[in-house]
Amino acid sequence: MKILVFVKQVPDTDDVKLDPKTGNLRRDGVKSMMNPMDANAIEAALQLREKHGGSVCVVTMGLPMATEVQKKALGMGCDEAFLLSDRPFGGADTLATSYTLAKAAEKIGGYDLLLFGRLATDGDTAQTGPAVAAQLGIPQISFASSIEVEDGWVCCDRDLGDTVQRVRAKLPAAVIVNGGINKPRYATPINIMRAQKKPRTVWTAADLGCDMAKIGTPGSPSSTKKVFEPEKRNTDTRYLTGSPEEMAKALADLLENEHLL
Amino acid sequence: MKSDYKGIWVFAEQENGRLHPTVLELLAKSKELQKHNGEKITAVLLGADVSALADTLFAYGADAVLLCENEVLRSYSARPYQQALTQLAEKYKPSIILYGATPLGRDLAPRLMVALDTGLTADAIDLGFDEDGVFYQTTPGYGGKILAHIVILERRPQMATVHPQICAPIEPIPGASGELIKETLCVEPDCAYEVLETRAAEKTGESLTEAKVVVAGGRGVKTEEELAMLRELAGLLGGQLASSRPLVDNGMLPHDRQIGQSGATVSPELMLNVAISGSVQYQLGMQKAKCIVAINQSEDAPIYDIAHVGAVTDYKKLLPALIEEIKARKK
Repeated sequence: MKILVFVKQVPDTDDVKLDPKTGNLRRDGVKSMMNPMDANAIEAALQLREKHGGSVCVVTMGLPMATEVQKKALGMGCDEAFLLSDRPFGGADTLATSYTLAKAAEKIGGYDLLLFGRLATDGDTAQTGPAVAAQLGIPQISFASSIEVEDGWVCCDRDLGDTVQRVRAKLPAAVIVNGGINKPRYATPINIMRAQKKPRTVWTAADLGCDMAKIGTPGSPSSTKKVFEPEKRNTDTRYLTGSPEEMAKALADLLENEHLL
Repeated sequence: MKSDYKGIWVFAEQENGRLHPTVLELLAKSKELQKHNGEKITAVLLGADVSALADTLFAYGADAVLLCENEVLRSYSARPYQQALTQLAEKYKPSIILYGATPLGRDLAPRLMVALDTGLTADAIDLGFDEDGVFYQTTPGYGGKILAHIVILERRPQMATVHPQICAPIEPIPGASGELIKETLCVEPDCAYEVLETRAAEKTGESLTEAKVVVAGGRGVKTEEELAMLRELAGLLGGQLASSRPLVDNGMLPHDRQIGQSGATVSPELMLNVAISGSVQYQLGMQKAKCIVAINQSEDAPIYDIAHVGAVTDYKKLLPALIEEIKARKK
């Protein structure tokens, strides 16, 4: 079975600030990491490979520095990494991203299963997985909290909040996994070292045969018109003072007054 | 030509003949948008034996209901629904399509984005027209300390999934009626997708949404020992342990403990936030709490914008003292 896992590099912080002069995001000095839920997708892929054999390829679109994320994926146990990196890919919204990722899936070819993490911590759209499935014209299973493959079908529980749906989709299919589906294995430094020898390929837009009107900024119908910090709401916060013990007493008083003790 | 596209569409998500509550909220939001652009509001209703829902849609603000009944559409699956909506959108050319940011909406809408080759904004928390008359969707971005106006300038329809509960439905107008348009479509069943079973979800803890007291931990909670303090405090107060996203991302707590835009919405009597900075997404999930207490070492943390009571200190010192104090008073 051939599994492609789509992995994104995201900033390793919630603490993004606006540059007061330019209104742009200040990204300098911000470390990056593998999007946490993508590690769940990798783990799911590795477990399926352990059971059914085959290979796991990791696909990332991003800047050249995204190789760090790929090394981690290979260190976890993926077999091969593909980085889609080219200036014209920049500024892509989820439509352009899904087109580019689908072109890569087609070029790799022969896939049975595409795996995605539920959402990326920096964009939060959760749109990429279903959109890539639509680009390729294959079925999808989103919100998957379990995954098994049997007789050419992928079978999952879908966690829909109040209900759980058991569904199956015929391969090739895309599955978007929830964070709780598994506990991702750790890529030890020694395994990351050993994984240096695994094949890594970088593809440009030309390599993928992309229609330049469908990638990056030209291929993105949506754009950000304005970025702003949320209005501060004017609640009169009562700040507790003194030592931690004194604050604890004041909090306990509050709980008593609210009849919560 | 984008001027050929007119009208506001609301995808009338239904399951087993029951409308999703978010549909009524989207209709109310569309009424606000209509004040600006004067365009017709159409609810698009797909399913089988669902025509009775049209009256509800009229009562809650739809000018028209586009009804497409087909056995293939009786229960939802992505590809037949994609086919049906694509055909309808290509024929009627609406300028705006809104979907609830529900599990179904978030499964379906990205496929329409691809099929219609247009933009789709995810999980918008507000919609409107800006000073240039451009339709925008507000989304929190980059960890939620920043809001963005997303616009879809050239392509049509302009689409968004919209976060549940961002506005209240209008007072229903009894006996309201409107234009009922029935469409017969050719939709193929999906032979490569099958729902085998639907069952009620098992919960790992008591429901967060019902809790009177919620103790939630954030990024500053690093170890199981630290989390145990929060758990003990929640237990002492008869409350529930919850978290913002980092503790779910790193696997310390399951997703059903997460508060915020992509988690649960809670409204307890007491919401105790421990080492939580308070992103916009997080605040969406807990801002209706009656009493909000924040413990965070950084006095700039946005959580203090909505906290009623703040303790700018190290929770690792404050919580043990608070636990002792509560134990002493309970004796």
